[in-house]
Amino acid sequence: MIPNPNSDELNRRQFLNRFAKAGISISAACAAGFWFYDAKGPAASINKRSEIVQFDFSIEGLGQKMSIVQGEDRAATLRMALKLLGGIETFIKKGDRVLLKVNAAFATPAMLSATTHPEIITEMARLCLKAGAASVVVTDNPINDPASCFTLTGIAEAARKAGAKVILPRDDLFVTMTAKDAKLIQNWPVLYKPFADINKVIGMAPLKDHHRSGASMTMKNWYGLLGGRRNIFHQDIHGIIMELAKMVKPTFVVLDATTTMMTNGPTGGSLSDLKNTHTMIVSTDQVAADAFGASLLGRSLDQLPFIGKAEAAGLGTADYQKLNPVTGSTSTKSSSEQP
Amino acid sequence: MNIQTTRRICQIFFFVLFMWFCVVTTLGEQWWQLRGWPVNWIIQLDPLVGLATLLSTRTVYAGLLWGLLTIVLTIILGRFFCGWICPFGTIHQFVGFLANRKKSTAKKIIDNQYHSFQSIKYWILIFLLTVSALEVAIDIILLPSTYPLLFGILVLGLLTFVVYIAVRQTSMNPKKTGLMALVLVGVWLLLSFLFNGHETSVASLQIGLLDPIPLVYRSINLLILPLMDQTSLSLSTTPRVYDGIWLMAAVFLSAVLLNLAVPRFFCRFICPTGALFGLCSRFALWRIGKTKNDCTDCRLCEKNCEGACSPTSQIRITECVLCMNCLNECRHHLMTYQTATSASGEIVSPDFSRRQFLTSAVSGAAVIPMLRIGGYLGDNWDPALIRPPGALSEEEFLSRCIKCGQCMRICPTNVIHPAGIEGGLEGLWTPVLNFRIGTSGCQINCIACGNLCPTAAIRPLSLNERLGKNRYAEQGPIKIGTAFVDRGRCLPWAMDRPCIVCQENCPVSPKAIQTHVVFNTIDTGAKLIVAKGDPVYIEFQETIPNMNRFATGDYYAVILLQDQHPRRIIDTWERGFRIADAHPFESPPLPGTRVDIRIRLQRPYVDLQHCIGCGVCEHECPVPGKRAIRVTADNESRTREHALLLKR
Repeated sequence: MIPNPNSDELNRRQFLNRFAKAGISISAACAAGFWFYDAKGPAASINKRSEIVQFDFSIEGLGQKMSIVQGEDRAATLRMALKLLGGIETFIKKGDRVLLKVNAAFATPAMLSATTHPEIITEMARLCLKAGAASVVVTDNPINDPASCFTLTGIAEAARKAGAKVILPRDDLFVTMTAKDAKLIQNWPVLYKPFADINKVIGMAPLKDHHRSGASMTMKNWYGLLGGRRNIFHQDIHGIIMELAKMVKPTFVVLDATTTMMTNGPTGGSLSDLKNTHTMIVSTDQVAADAFGASLLGRSLDQLPFIGKAEAAGLGTADYQKLNPVTGSTSTKSSSEQP
Repeated sequence: MNIQTTRRICQIFFFVLFMWFCVVTTLGEQWWQLRGWPVNWIIQLDPLVGLATLLSTRTVYAGLLWGLLTIVLTIILGRFFCGWICPFGTIHQFVGFLANRKKSTAKKIIDNQYHSFQSIKYWILIFLLTVSALEVAIDIILLPSTYPLLFGILVLGLLTFVVYIAVRQTSMNPKKTGLMALVLVGVWLLLSFLFNGHETSVASLQIGLLDPIPLVYRSINLLILPLMDQTSLSLSTTPRVYDGIWLMAAVFLSAVLLNLAVPRFFCRFICPTGALFGLCSRFALWRIGKTKNDCTDCRLCEKNCEGACSPTSQIRITECVLCMNCLNECRHHLMTYQTATSASGEIVSPDFSRRQFLTSAVSGAAVIPMLRIGGYLGDNWDPALIRPPGALSEEEFLSRCIKCGQCMRICPTNVIHPAGIEGGLEGLWTPVLNFRIGTSGCQINCIACGNLCPTAAIRPLSLNERLGKNRYAEQGPIKIGTAFVDRGRCLPWAMDRPCIVCQENCPVSPKAIQTHVVFNTIDTGAKLIVAKGDPVYIEFQETIPNMNRFATGDYYAVILLQDQHPRRIIDTWERGFRIADAHPFESPPLPGTRVDIRIRLQRPYVDLQHCIGCGVCEHECPVPGKRAIRVTADNESRTREHALLLKR
């Protein structure tokens, strides 16, 4: 066989070409291998630390304030209760982005009072927007199907009517996090993303009986920020309510006791569970609001250990009288103001 | 020594080494048992394991870096792994040889023809790799919203490229390319705002289904070695059992028996690792080829061609497994392994069109999100899916497990089994604990599975971490589930029979199974009226049938209306009994008084705080069929969402 010089030359060039490409491939493979090399292996998923959060939307220097207004018409009592504290402008400034945390727990009509009444949602959203708020959103992670809850309770319609936006608790709105100084809320999914660009939060809760905790009021209302299989926290209901109240410092809370669910809570289900108590409470102190609510429910404070726990944790005052609540009434024209 | 003999020695060496690794993966003190052999080495050499886990986890875990060596050597030499090392390949080659040795040369040449279906393995490879690359793909899709700057740079680069081809007037049409670039950027932007991170988009690793190395490991370990347990060559004291083995057996047998039809059927048509090697061998520096184009065309070189790569004509480099058989078959010594390409030309790309590539890639990307609509990673998780201690949370676990069965092999108690579809189709053959079979529950002081797992789907735990000791004291022991008492089946609860085997065997301290003590009155079938008695002895007015059954030490007597405290019966006669001297009746029972005989029952309940779900209780429970205490994955520590108890 006589070697063909041309063919040899061709082979040589081909080989060098391949040699270069093989070299590049090998370097790339080695670079990738060493770049991504992990000698230790993964950490336990559960031990990955989550962000520590606190939702503080309270207004500095405002102190603890509370107003209690008697009357049947929710919009009117709410307006007056706010007015007695200096008007909505005390809390909501121009350009504020407000979140209303309502209780939309059950897919039942508003008249059963298991959820925040649509009338006060419309009124609150209207007042906020009137005070110059840039936006108002309404959210909750209810117990029953979210879309059904917001629709059947009338909350969605109420919000829309006033120009507020409803945020349904979609999976991607939850963030796994740990509440500050919390023992229970650790690495737990929390409905966090709706709060991302919010600067004022108003908790709006109906006054209800609650089988496990004794009463569902403004502090228990934050349960609706928890995601996941949150019902394991019922093993320590008073502890979790206290931690929730510690996690969320709202701008103020509204406790609607116009109609109180006295029995069969928190679902109710019958008008015979309800009692007209014709009271609207607005407070910057959720402990005080709940303590007052307890009196309307006919419960003593030692029947509701979460109130004592919250007070001991420095979250507010159980003796609401200390706040010198301003009282009023919409049924008589002359509102009696605190001396 | 000719090259074929060298190859055979190499194959035998690696096959014996592999079998040795399988054998020594046995707990014990014998010289042939666990002695620190690198039993995962052949898995680690398999670069598909490394590449797929790199895509699914963005890491190359410890020993998987060995795969790099194989890749580098393949880039230089070609598919040497298939022809020289792969134990599954060796099995195929040997079975193929046995099956086809009597065939005529002409028939053999026909059998070893290249077949266009050989491109199926590339479909499989691309499909399986896209399944693993799901998360990476979504990261890339999300780029415009997560790293807008990087996205901007990429778009700019693309624009520059379009401008470049427009200016340079290359063969590409700038208008068409520009339009395509625009559409690409538009779709990319659109998708980036449509997607939001969700558990359904976490990568899944499915290469283990067909990757030959995990396949051969699990087939030998879980199928062949247990068969040997029925001979005197048994490796284990108790014959090993593996739940749901039939499907693995079916796959293994099919793969082996198909050699009867076509030699190396699996390697040629199915093997995704072979396909990966095929792609890597494109630039191989040395390759099989002819030194001269014109030959007699006798095609003897194809007679024993293992890869069916057509060495006579244009050799398909991607199919050649370097068996070197053609070198010896050629009477004219035209075949050689050289740096030059074959004189008859060669084909360096697999027979695989862009359209086929896209079909495989798109189906691979779609299949896992589709399967996950079943919700198995969310609320619809199966509590029967008890994973070994140290297993990562389910979605991370599924992105690492290669179904090699090493954990099932090493588990000293044989409680780890290949899962069926309880965790969804993608969890097929992943490890799941079954406490009804095996020799005990999951041993509290054992951390073998996690330390063997080649991909850390089960993390390597230290004993301290498993037990929650020393610096792990605060987080407590690793829990794989929780035991639940079925009061309708439990002997003391439902049948008034003493038992508490579960409490006895609970290995944690303090015990996670505690008991409520109750004394239940027995219906003796007769009235027990005292005829005479003293502080430790009673005689009845009538004979009581079967009185001796109350002498077991579990029965107690109570004198009604006198002293409610039950006293243990230590001896009986047909008309009376004696109680222990240490606890006599307060006053001798009066004639005519009624006596109850009660059985002392300790009724078990589980202290969820301490239960780790080891399943020893379930294994030992004397209720033979469906046990009266059973473990489910509730409260397993690997997933916060499965927590059942509050931390205290």
